Amino acid sequence: MDDARPNPWLSWRYVESNWTELSDQLTIHTTLTLQAIAIALAIAFPLAVLARNVRWLTRPILGVTGVLYTIPSFALFALLAPFTGIGRTTVLIGLVVYTLLVLVRNILAGLEGVDRDVVDAARGLGYSRLRLLWGVEIPNALPSIVAGLRIATVTTVALVTVGVVVGYGGLGQLMFRGFQSNYRAQIATSSILCLLLALVLDLAIVVAARAAMPWARRRRAS
Amino acid sequence: MSIWQEAWDYISSGANWMGENGLTRPTFDGGWKFAHDSIVALTIEHLYMSFAAVALAAITALPLGIALGHARRGGMVTVALSNVSRAMPTLALLTLFAASAIGFGNRAVIIAAAIFAFPPILTNAFTGMADVDADVREAAEGQGLTRLQVATRVELPLAWPLIAAGLRTSASQTVATVPLAALVAGGGLGVIISTGMATQRYGEVLAGGVLVAALTLAVDAGMGALQRRLTPPPLRAASLAPA
Repeated sequence: MDDARPNPWLSWRYVESNWTELSDQLTIHTTLTLQAIAIALAIAFPLAVLARNVRWLTRPILGVTGVLYTIPSFALFALLAPFTGIGRTTVLIGLVVYTLLVLVRNILAGLEGVDRDVVDAARGLGYSRLRLLWGVEIPNALPSIVAGLRIATVTTVALVTVGVVVGYGGLGQLMFRGFQSNYRAQIATSSILCLLLALVLDLAIVVAARAAMPWARRRRAS
Repeated sequence: MSIWQEAWDYISSGANWMGENGLTRPTFDGGWKFAHDSIVALTIEHLYMSFAAVALAAITALPLGIALGHARRGGMVTVALSNVSRAMPTLALLTLFAASAIGFGNRAVIIAAAIFAFPPILTNAFTGMADVDADVREAAEGQGLTRLQVATRVELPLAWPLIAAGLRTSASQTVATVPLAALVAGGGLGVIISTGMATQRYGEVLAGGVLVAALTLAVDAGMGALQRRLTPPPLRAASLAPA
């Protein structure tokens, strides 16, 4: 395809003249991601604790989340659209469904992996079940939970773009419009912003996790 | 008329399965392409695109992962690669391709899908080979096996379950990703969804979504059976979660 006019991949002029739109979509993208992760965490935690405490529920919970995960995102957003309409709610539900699986699996694995002796010691000290969960099991399961959270967050940032199907894909909206009009600068800029967002959120989780686990830092220092 | 009714009408009509004029269409340059008004043709096209992408990824990722895992080098790189690939939206890659020399359509989608199919295969092949018990390796060397024999007769059989799990993950992921092709003028079952969205026939959208989900589950089940086949019987008891 011969371009009559130059069509650069990166153009600062594009960024300057379209900054309002870029920042709007970036904001939508970020808030959608954070909201989805927050809702998914709020659902995944009780589910994982339930799956661990009630043995006969473990397999069904993992099974259902597993099946949900195999539904292609493109299809899921499209499937929800007729029921929840087009726009934010549909994308949010889809994102939560996908995030759930990763989180439930990792939280469960973390809780399962806590040293039995440590739990027994806490029981011997007279810890109640709730205090045991809060004070012993969750801190010990944190590395696995954080790993799950990182995967879930990065995946969600990428998944938001599929919201294009229902006309609400954050930066994906710009990618798609750039594709339709063969506007290279728009495609490249929105793709880079998307990658940067994933990177920044991932780093934020790592930093927050380090702050939340001072004992791990001490262990590494000694 | 409810959406479910519309979806059912779409799926239960024979014309939609076989297309108005057969499974293929002649193209203007004397070739042929899959007819996009036939569920059967779209399914075949979808499977062909997915298979081509996974095959492309496997041909490159398997030897690399097995060699790196055997040498136990480059673990950091493989992890970094799979992390970055998670953050890269498929749509970004597809639209980037479309605006570059690669263009759009099925070939571009196959290349993009192959790039996303690559990391799980590589990571699992690496992990499977690198995590073989050191005692087992030493025992084999003590028996007088050469390094190549250790790799092919000891490490590889023990790594197979994980390698197969990687192929399975990557295959079901690819089948689930290929529908995005419809957004960039590609084929496959995504066409039903995007056409339905464009014409506001939501019953068709629902039907397309169900078809894609069914195909993904079928491929995953098929690959699961293959994974069990490839796992040496003594190792089958250990349940393997796909990474």
